Amino acid sequence: MKVRTCITLIAVAVLAAAQNAKPSRIVSLVPAVTEMLYAIGAAGEVAGVSSYDSFPPEVASKPRVGALLDPDFERILSLKPDLVIVYSTQHDLIDRLERARVPMFVDEHAGLADITATIRRLGRRIRRAERADQVAASIERELADIRRRVAGRPRPKTALIFGREPGSLRSIYASAGVGFMHDMLEAAGGTDVFGDVMRQSLQATTEVLLARAPDVILEVHAAEGWTPERVASERDVWRGLPGVPAVKTGRVYLVADDRISVPGPRVADAVRVLARLLHPGAFDKGPGGTSTKPR
Amino acid sequence: MTSPLRRGAPAVLLCFVAMVAAVLAAPLIGSTPISFGRVFSRTIPFADNVDAQIFFIARLPRAVAAALVGGALAAAGVVFQGLLRNPLATPYTLGVSAGAALGAMIAITFGSALPMIGVAPASLAGAALAVGVVYMLARARHRGLSTTVLLLAGVTLNSFFSALILFVQYLAGPGDLFRALRWLMGDLDVASYEPIVAALPFVALAFAGFAWLARPLNLLSIGAEAAGARGVDVERAQRVAFFSASLATGAAVSVGGPIGFIGIIVPHLVRLVVGADHRLVLPASTFFGAAFLVGCDAVARIALAPLELPVGIVTAVIGGPFFLWMLLRRS
Repeated sequence: MKVRTCITLIAVAVLAAAQNAKPSRIVSLVPAVTEMLYAIGAAGEVAGVSSYDSFPPEVASKPRVGALLDPDFERILSLKPDLVIVYSTQHDLIDRLERARVPMFVDEHAGLADITATIRRLGRRIRRAERADQVAASIERELADIRRRVAGRPRPKTALIFGREPGSLRSIYASAGVGFMHDMLEAAGGTDVFGDVMRQSLQATTEVLLARAPDVILEVHAAEGWTPERVASERDVWRGLPGVPAVKTGRVYLVADDRISVPGPRVADAVRVLARLLHPGAFDKGPGGTSTKPR
Repeated sequence: MTSPLRRGAPAVLLCFVAMVAAVLAAPLIGSTPISFGRVFSRTIPFADNVDAQIFFIARLPRAVAAALVGGALAAAGVVFQGLLRNPLATPYTLGVSAGAALGAMIAITFGSALPMIGVAPASLAGAALAVGVVYMLARARHRGLSTTVLLLAGVTLNSFFSALILFVQYLAGPGDLFRALRWLMGDLDVASYEPIVAALPFVALAFAGFAWLARPLNLLSIGAEAAGARGVDVERAQRVAFFSASLATGAAVSVGGPIGFIGIIVPHLVRLVVGADHRLVLPASTFFGAAFLVGCDAVARIALAPLELPVGIVTAVIGGPFFLWMLLRRS
């Protein structure tokens, strides 16, 4: 009897240790978390990535295991992972991985503040807490620096557009009052012109754009396929709405930059890109510099 | 003029008045209050006159696009129902909309790699492809068009294209996927007159066909043999019906996406009032379809403002129960 209890206890302890051991084969289905893994020095442990991963360039050589909607369970298991990073909404995958006793790290991504929180939590989970804390703290320092630079400046009413039918003003999608895009815009010193709409995004019709009258239109896209000529011609499309202040004053910006759509460790750079466009004068000098006044 | 025509004429006129009234009234309402004094003011330059821009850029083209799409879909529905002799036929039965949707999905999904392909031209090309395939199939083993083969080919092509649509959507990134799904729900915020002007020649050509078809369709809907016995060139009438209705559908879908129910609800409703004579049903359905879609789009604009309610959902929510009620009432 005593022997059996001992064996059970030992087994439980071994299992628990295995669950919490430093993972050496990590499969990530979340591109933003993949970036975090590389940023905190866990590149060697990454055994597989999602089909949407493109950064850092080293991920190109890693096996692909599907993505948010189509995770390939068999392929994930075949990589013999000791940690799988999943989205909190991948309920089926989470159930199956649980049945297979594969440890998981569940990404619950919502706003800007969650990014550094996730980096710290990830660091503790993979036994790289110190490096993760450094990375998170440096992101927070940079964000604080940007916030300080734009503080006190007039915050332009901004429409952050992330989707539009090429060549026309149809099917325009804008960030609304909830989520990481909205937070980035506010951190960059803009006022979200759709901030009162408590959703991640909305379809911005021409009437709504004319009525809300944004001072700045910031259109963001993934970098692929955006030549300077195409950027210029797509910017010109906005002339179809001459009454919008952003169009009238020429403050329509089109940014083709992958950093802006990934809520990962490059987020401070992304916010800086937006802040420089919203407050060109705030970044002319060193910390807190205010050499030129914004228009 | 025969007497049923004379009796139906006031209804057609009424539908026409409804269409004109709808197009004129729709720009007056919206999610933003605007001052009509400012809209038509001559002292404020247009570039600075936001009220006028809301009226002339955001609302008026939308109302006109809704009228064009609604009229084209309703008339195409009438013609397809007559051609196929099937009251359940819609403009989308023969795969035109599935082809158009496939074209649009490809343009949206690969838009960043191939920015030169517009969504509307791609959907028109997709519609043309579907029409061509269905026509060749229906002609392959028959003299003239076999309506049975047309139906079977259309239904088969519909499901084949739907599968291809799913495949293209599967390849799309999350942002494009959302835009692709949204396109399927219908959207009339055309933002300029360009899409309307681009579709106008196709719609005009289709309506020229419809005008010629009104009488032959009356006989055709009794049956091909009967129509032939009464001197209708059946093959030619079928061909004109098939191509003109497909053209109207393809053009309408390229402007507003595959908006449902218009092409089946409106013709039936109109038949309840004016009877089965296509010389009345066709114009009345066109006008009433236009008025109906302008109304639905006004609801779509206002119901959840500042959010946009997809117009295809409005037509389905209004159209579905209405259609059921009509079925119950008749039986």
